[in-house]
Amino acid sequence: MEEVRLMKGNEALAHAAIRYGCDGYFGYPITPQSEVMETLMEEMPWETTGMVVLQAESEVAAINMVYAGAACGKTVFTSSSSPGVSLMQEGVSYIAAGELPALIINVMRGGPGLGTIQPSQADYFQATKGGGHGDYHLITLAPSSVQEMCDFVGLGWDLAFKYRTPAILLADGVVGQMMEKVVLPPFRPRLTDEEIKKLRPWAVTGKSGGRKRNVLTTLELDPEIMEKHNERYQATYRLIEENEVRYEAFNTDDCDYLMVAFGSIARICHKTVEIAAEHGVKIGIIRPITLWPFPKKIIAEVGSRVKGVMVVEINAGQMIEDVRLAINNPSVPIVHFGRLGGIVPTPDEILDAFNASFPNK
Amino acid sequence: MKSEIKIAGFGGQGVLSMGKILAYSGLMENKEITWMPAYGPEQRGGTANVTVILSDDPISSPILNTYDMVVALNQQSLDKFESKVKPGGILIYDSYGIHKRPTRTDIKVYCINAMEATLEIGNNKAFNMIVLGAMLALTPIVTIDSVLKALKKTLPERHHHLIPMNEAALRKGMSLIK
Repeated sequence: MEEVRLMKGNEALAHAAIRYGCDGYFGYPITPQSEVMETLMEEMPWETTGMVVLQAESEVAAINMVYAGAACGKTVFTSSSSPGVSLMQEGVSYIAAGELPALIINVMRGGPGLGTIQPSQADYFQATKGGGHGDYHLITLAPSSVQEMCDFVGLGWDLAFKYRTPAILLADGVVGQMMEKVVLPPFRPRLTDEEIKKLRPWAVTGKSGGRKRNVLTTLELDPEIMEKHNERYQATYRLIEENEVRYEAFNTDDCDYLMVAFGSIARICHKTVEIAAEHGVKIGIIRPITLWPFPKKIIAEVGSRVKGVMVVEINAGQMIEDVRLAINNPSVPIVHFGRLGGIVPTPDEILDAFNASFPNK
Repeated sequence: MKSEIKIAGFGGQGVLSMGKILAYSGLMENKEITWMPAYGPEQRGGTANVTVILSDDPISSPILNTYDMVVALNQQSLDKFESKVKPGGILIYDSYGIHKRPTRTDIKVYCINAMEATLEIGNNKAFNMIVLGAMLALTPIVTIDSVLKALKKTLPERHHHLIPMNEAALRKGMSLIK
């Protein structure tokens, strides 16, 4: 029988990484995600699976170690929180340009600047719209429970390897720090060097007889060739947009209003919706699980047949831009509610904001 | 059944670990659980608080407006969370250092002296287990058996000899509620 454990989101994702057959973790401690490396250090996977766990000298070093590990076809990841993830952005852009699969974890805290250490979702733009330079996207997964913190590690790597592009797990301090029940995935062995050569023929594994040299570089001085590279990246992104949209829809069949929220705040909205239902107000919830690719279709479909839409985020209004673009209908009122700087709103606060926005129900 | 609980006090009083033991006890009873700490510098000296939800059904929000039970272990926590007890709910507070008592009349208020009780059993480290005992005497969130099972499961084996002391503290805490 599968064992049910009780642990923090940060701990669950560390266990999930070891069990996925991860080759290496490179990171630098920062609240509220330090338990990721702490758990890895406690588990000592180098003794069992041979996985490397390394505290780098900085986030810049950590992301470049991920870049190098990924280039060698290894299954590698890093984790940090908002200011640390900002430091990594140059490396992230290089990994995207190198068409390398890697996993980046951001357990967001209040910003901008060094900010607070409390939960936030203010890095939505950074994760979904770039962050680093150039035309690239990250597959962006937003977990809302400890089980998803665990499951999305495997999903993130599966997608990253399927499309040869980096994925980011965009979590926040709530899901990182809270404890819930979780069922961990079974152990998978790490790939051997021979398996990597076979399954990941693009990897830089040392030239062996018969094949051409694999050269991984993101520098290309000829713009004609660089355009071709960009077109190839874009083709991959279109494919991801077609095939990998994920979301959870709740109560959307006969709702009068719609809430759109991701991550931990979507859970809080569920409580708000329960309270509203006691007063006869029918609110549906769409929780985007992939923030990129964004679930445009379902939001457009439900959003255009309700009396109003409220986007709830722990930021000043970021995902609301994608919701507006998706619905693209000026006759539907679309409003935002959020708290800033590390404050997580309660279900009642969200309900009050909802009632203030839509007084004539 | 669903219990929504807030435990608050000074950092170092064992607030978070008391919540953890309660959460693990819920695990022993196969309940759904969330344990959400106010984390960060609050853990290190200032005020600490944790929300524990135990439920037979899936839990939506880990962040709540109001609670079935609030346990306040210092004045700041009492001031902050007295108003967050649901009408008809339970407020337990430790009398040590309290100069402004709770005033609500629509909830059940219990004052315990867990600090004194630690002296009676001669173990000041058992403070939080005494408080937990008092909580369990008031409402059967989990059984004592589950708490003991949880301790056995979460404590490293070299600390298992401390379990009888913890049980004594739990029972002492239960005896504080009359």
